[in-house]
Amino acid sequence: MNKNILKGLALASVAALTLAGCASAPAEPSVTPVDYTACMVSDQGGFNDASFNEEAFNGLKEAEATLGVKIATVESPETATQTDFVSGVDSMIAEGCDLIINVGFALAAATRDAAKANPEVKFALIDSALSNDDFSPLSLDNVKPIQYDTAEAAFLAGYLAAGTSKTGKVATYGGMLFPSVTIFMDGFKQGVAYYNAAKGTSVKVLGAESANNQKWSATGDFNDVAKGKTLTEQFFAQGADIVLPVAGPVGKGSGQATLDKKGTLLIGVDSDWYGIDAHAEYKANILTSVEKKMAKAVLEVIKSGVDGTFTGGDANQYVGNLANGGVQISAQHDVSYGDLQAEIDALAAKIISGEVVVNSAYKK
Amino acid sequence: MNKIVKEIFSPSMRLTLLAVLASFVFGGVLVAFASSEVQTAATYLFARPGDFFLAVWNAVFGAYDALFRGSIFNYKVDNLLGMIKPITETLAYATPITLAGLGLAVAFRSGLFNIGATGQIVFGAMFAGFVALNVPLPAGLHLVVAVIAGILGGAFYGALVGFLKAATGANEVILTIMFNYIAALLLAFLLKTPIFQAPGSQNPISSAVPESAKFPFIFGDQVRIHGGLILMLVAVVAVWWLLNRSSTGFQFRALGHNPSAAKVAGINIGLTYVLVMAVSGALSGIAGATQILGTEKFLTGGVAASFGFDAITVALLGRNNPFGVLAAGILFGGLRAGAVTMQANQGVPIDIVLVVQSLIVLFIAAPPLVRSMFRIKAEKGGAK
Repeated sequence: MNKNILKGLALASVAALTLAGCASAPAEPSVTPVDYTACMVSDQGGFNDASFNEEAFNGLKEAEATLGVKIATVESPETATQTDFVSGVDSMIAEGCDLIINVGFALAAATRDAAKANPEVKFALIDSALSNDDFSPLSLDNVKPIQYDTAEAAFLAGYLAAGTSKTGKVATYGGMLFPSVTIFMDGFKQGVAYYNAAKGTSVKVLGAESANNQKWSATGDFNDVAKGKTLTEQFFAQGADIVLPVAGPVGKGSGQATLDKKGTLLIGVDSDWYGIDAHAEYKANILTSVEKKMAKAVLEVIKSGVDGTFTGGDANQYVGNLANGGVQISAQHDVSYGDLQAEIDALAAKIISGEVVVNSAYKK
Repeated sequence: MNKIVKEIFSPSMRLTLLAVLASFVFGGVLVAFASSEVQTAATYLFARPGDFFLAVWNAVFGAYDALFRGSIFNYKVDNLLGMIKPITETLAYATPITLAGLGLAVAFRSGLFNIGATGQIVFGAMFAGFVALNVPLPAGLHLVVAVIAGILGGAFYGALVGFLKAATGANEVILTIMFNYIAALLLAFLLKTPIFQAPGSQNPISSAVPESAKFPFIFGDQVRIHGGLILMLVAVVAVWWLLNRSSTGFQFRALGHNPSAAKVAGINIGLTYVLVMAVSGALSGIAGATQILGTEKFLTGGVAASFGFDAITVALLGRNNPFGVLAAGILFGGLRAGAVTMQANQGVPIDIVLVVQSLIVLFIAAPPLVRSMFRIKAEKGGAK
C-alpha cells in the first residue's frame, strides 16, 4: 500500500473532523421533563413503514416533545413470533414503563398476559380488544383497547371514488385479509353502493365482488411492493381507474402503477399519503387518503396517563370514528373533488347523526 | 480435563473465539456511530472533546451492558427471579435454534447442504399443532404424541428431499429452498381453513394449545424454561452418539467424505440420503414442536421465524460438532434475547445485533482475515 495515499487520507479525515467539530456546544434542553415513561412495541415491519406502525410512533414522539415524557421502544423483527412479542413487552416492563402501547392485533395475547401479571402497569392495544385463549372476550381494567371504525371514512372515499371514476370501475385489495384490513375495503364497497343507489349508476368494485370477504383480492403480505404493482396493473387492465390498496407499504406499488397509466388514481390509507416523502413520486395521482389518526389517540392516551385520568377496560375502549375525528378522509390536494366536496360533507354529517349507517363490526 | 483445555485453545477454536470478539468490537464501533448523542457531540468535538469520548463510552458500554443484562444476568433488579430471568430467556431462544442447527450439522457432515430447516420446522409445528389442537388425549400422553407427530412431520418433509435426490439426482439445495416456500404457503393456507383457524376468528391464527399438550414450565410460569430445553440437551448427546459412535453415523460421515468411496465400500447411497435427510428433518421437526408446544402457544404463519437460516450459521459456527452447535445456539439465543433489552434500554436499533451476527459469519468464513488481524501464523493442519 502506498504510504502517501494513507497520509493523504489521514490528513483529509483530520480536516473533515476539524471542520465538522467547529460548531458550538448546545444549550441545556428546554422541555420540562415529567417523571413518566411511555413505551411502544411495534408489530412486524417496524416504525418506518410509512404507514401503520409509523403513524402510531409519531404519536409517541409527539408526546415526548410536547408532554416531556420519557419514551422507550422495541421494534419487533421482520420475522417476529409470539415469543418475540412476549419478550418485547416483558423488557418494557423491566424498563419500568408506566404505560405500554402495543401496536397491532398480533400483540393481543402478549398484552393480555403481561397486563394480568402486572396490574400496576397501564397498557393500550391498537386494533384489537382482548380475548381469552378460547377467543371469548375479556376486559382488563389496566388495558385500553384503541380501535377504529375505519369503514366510516372508507365509505366517504368509496363515494368520492365512484363519483370521480370515468370508467365506472374502481378497485381495492388488501395485504392479508385481517379484520382490520377488510373493514377498509368493506366501507369502500358500501360507499360505492350508496353512490350507485343515489345516482342510479352502476360503478363496480373490482377485488371485493364476493359476498365473502375472505375471497377478496390480497397480495399475501405487507412488504412485497412488486406484488402490489402487478395486482394494480391487472385492475387497470380490467378497466378500473381508481385503486384503494390496504396493504401498508405494498401500496407504493399501486402508486407506481398510476404513473404508468394516464388517468389512474390512488387512495392512500392510515395517514395522508400526500404529505409523506415515501409517496412523493406519484403524489399528483393521490385522490385522497383514508386516515386512521392513531397518532392522536396515542398522544391522548399518554396524556391521560400523565394526568392520572387513564381508564381501561372494554367499557372505556376508544373507537375512532367520524364523530370524534378518529378517522377521516384527507382534504383535497392536486385532484379536485369538484361538486362532490359538498356531497361528501353532507354525507359525513349524515353518518355522524346516524341517518346513514355504515355497517361494520362496531355497529351490530 | 487436559483434553478439553487443549480443544478450547486449539487453533480452530481460538479462531472462532477471536472471530466472535472481533465482531463485537466492530459492533461497538457501529453502536457509537448510530448513537444520536455521539453524533451531536461530534459536531462540537473541538469545543468540548470530553463530551465526545464520554458519549462514545456511554453508548458502547451502555449497549453491551444492556446486552449482558438482557441475556445473562440482570444485576440491576433486587429479586432473584428478575436476576436470572435473562439467562432463561437466552435458553428459551436457544432451544429451537440449537435443535435446527443440530439437524443441519447432521446433513452437512454427510455432505448434504440442507437449506430447508425453515420448511422442516414448519412441518414439525404443523404436525405437532394438529395433534395438540384436534386430537383430544389425556394430559401427558397428549404432549408425547404431539412431539412424536412433530418429529415425524419434520422427518417426512426432510426424507422427501432425500428421496427425490436419491431417485432423480435433483440438487438438494434447490429442493430444500423450494420446499421452504411450499411449507410456508401451505401453512398460510391451512390457517384460513377450519383445520387450524380458531373458530370465530378471522385472523390467521389457531386456537391456543390446550394445557394437556403444553411443555411444562420447569421453574414456574414466570420463567420460560420448559421441557423442550431438556429435549434439546438430550438431542445434543444423541446426535453426538449417532455421528461418532454408531455405524449409521459412520455411513453418514463416509458419504460426506467421499460418496464414490462409500458406494464402493458397500454403503447404500440412496437409502443413506433418505436417512440423513429424515434425521436432519426430524431434529428441525422437534424445533417446530418445541416452539408451538412451548413458548408460542398458538400456530401462526411466522412460527419458523428466522430460525431456519440462523440454524445454518449456528451449524457452521459450531463446526458441525454437536457440542459446538449447542454453544453457538446459546450465543445466538443470547444475542436475540439481549437485543430486546438493548433496544428498550439504550435505543440501539435491532439491526446492530443482526450486523454483529453477520460479522461473526463473515469472520468465521474467512479465517485468514482473522489470522491477519490478530497476527496469528497459519498452523499446518490447524483449522478443520
